[in-house]
Amino acid sequence: MTMELPAELQTRIDEVITQYPVSKRSAALPLLHLIQEHTGYIEEDAITWVAAKLDLEPINVLELVTFYPMFRREPAGKHHIRVCRTLSCAMAGGYELLDTFCKHAGIQRQENGHGAHLFKSEDGKYSIEFVECLASCGFGPVCMIDDDFYEAVAQEEVPQLLEKYQ
Amino acid sequence: MASTTRTAHPREKRIIFKNIDRPGWTNDIDCYLQDGGYEELKKAFAMKPQEIVNEVRASGLRGRGGAGFPCGVKWGFIRPGGAKPVYLICNADESEPGTFKDRYIIHQDPHQLVEGMIISCYAVNARLAYIYIRGEFPEGAKILERALAEAREHGFLGKNILGTGFDLEIYVFRGAGAYICGEETGLIESMEGKRPYPRIKPPYFPAVLGLYLCPTIVNNVETLCNVKYIVRIGGAEYAKIGKPNNTGTRVLCVSGDVQRPGYYEFEVGGLTMGELIYDICGGLKPGRTLKAVIPGGSSAKVLSVKDRYKIKSKQADGTMVETEIGLEDVPLDFDALAAAGSMAGSGGVIVMDDTREMVWALNNINEFYAHESCGQCTPCREGSLWMKKITERMLHGGGVERDTDTLKSVADNIAGRTICAFGEACAWPTQSFIDKFRDEFVATAGTKGNGNGSTNH
Repeated sequence: MTMELPAELQTRIDEVITQYPVSKRSAALPLLHLIQEHTGYIEEDAITWVAAKLDLEPINVLELVTFYPMFRREPAGKHHIRVCRTLSCAMAGGYELLDTFCKHAGIQRQENGHGAHLFKSEDGKYSIEFVECLASCGFGPVCMIDDDFYEAVAQEEVPQLLEKYQ
Repeated sequence: MASTTRTAHPREKRIIFKNIDRPGWTNDIDCYLQDGGYEELKKAFAMKPQEIVNEVRASGLRGRGGAGFPCGVKWGFIRPGGAKPVYLICNADESEPGTFKDRYIIHQDPHQLVEGMIISCYAVNARLAYIYIRGEFPEGAKILERALAEAREHGFLGKNILGTGFDLEIYVFRGAGAYICGEETGLIESMEGKRPYPRIKPPYFPAVLGLYLCPTIVNNVETLCNVKYIVRIGGAEYAKIGKPNNTGTRVLCVSGDVQRPGYYEFEVGGLTMGELIYDICGGLKPGRTLKAVIPGGSSAKVLSVKDRYKIKSKQADGTMVETEIGLEDVPLDFDALAAAGSMAGSGGVIVMDDTREMVWALNNINEFYAHESCGQCTPCREGSLWMKKITERMLHGGGVERDTDTLKSVADNIAGRTICAFGEACAWPTQSFIDKFRDEFVATAGTKGNGNGSTNH
């Protein structure tokens, strides 16, 4: 357990664990979220740290990190872009939106399918992935940049949108 | 990025979405209280828990998450005075493609949900409850946490709520990007800190063996909001809205090839598919004609404009009459859509015009299900991927003549052979797209394929 977490994060973690009075194990996903928000991804050390904190074996935590798509085992770019891939957004131009983001963010992307690999710009400023339905299908194409959500994004708006995230 | 404020259509009956896009409305508790918020909670506390269950049963409210199961019947499975604690979980894992209603309730009217939840917890005697919100709603999670904190400050949560002796805590739990967590037993596994592999039913009916193997009620966001309204007007009065067995209002989420997509709330069965598309959503884009509609989220079976549908309806004298109608005349209620061979599902209506290629559309859906299968049952884990591979090669070269039949047989061997309903959810699109548009599949495989079965792109 070489991982060092700031005191306030540790306090928050202890507080979150109290929300699951029946089983500490329930706090596994919440703790992984808190740590990923802090570190940007889930390191090996984080897996053993969470396991020890919740009296679990590391495999019990690793199998969550490998299953749930939102957890990353490598750092994303400084700003992470998620573009919706699913039907209604695809009909509204989701695939084209992804290509436009890649072009303006300087990201080389080989294929459009899902995979563990994140595509990043060379300067590390942006990373991008296709995600499944973000639940705003009437106003596609939609995307998220970090925690911010955008609906009905026109391709010509992409440069000014990226400007906001330096 | 277009404006997000939309005004209601005159034909709408907004109950659950009353405050969505309402001028001057904010999502804090002060605004909610000024509008008469938490009055139904006080009314509910003056009733016995069993009376609330009876009102909900009398209302005929059916679950708004997708399955349409009667809410009062579900609650009735919880036996009062049982030895184990009871839990309530709000399913806010909204992720069925085509569905986008819970997002707006959570963001714009969180206290309506919180009040509905507190009333529901009181009715089933749950002292600990969670809101399972999908991970992709980070802002929604923050809004709900603030709403819960405000409710706590006002004494609507915590110990001895409003002097009634009833204790309740509600916490927010964030998912992490997995669609299968919307399946209630998968959701429970996820909340227990595990992979969300759905549990087999029987014996793991949540109302009997749910969270921590205790009786658990899992209800959708919209369903829980309806409870507040049922307490306000009473179950009998609520049952007058909509149609028998299809009571209340329904938030319909329209996406795809219409002029005015968006969310609309109507009395259940209050209009037909054609009225929704043409009168409410402004029709199709200029020069286009209707081709197909997926009426209840992407797992609902697709309906073709070329088909005729036999719908039975109850007459005033009680007799049943069967009529044959076109897609545009199908009433939008649970029973009529089931009779048409599909389902009302989650209320997500995806409209496709004559420019849409059905192989392309199905391939998009298949990629979704291939990605989201949890992998627990072999027919679904392998089959969902095979279906995606076949539609992909049909589209991009490599299709062979027998692909349409192979695709259909893969789907037929998933449905009914899995632990949870994901098997049906991923098989129904393929089965129905081929059933309705077989010629297009055969033609696409024939013209785009290179005949050798390889994926050549």
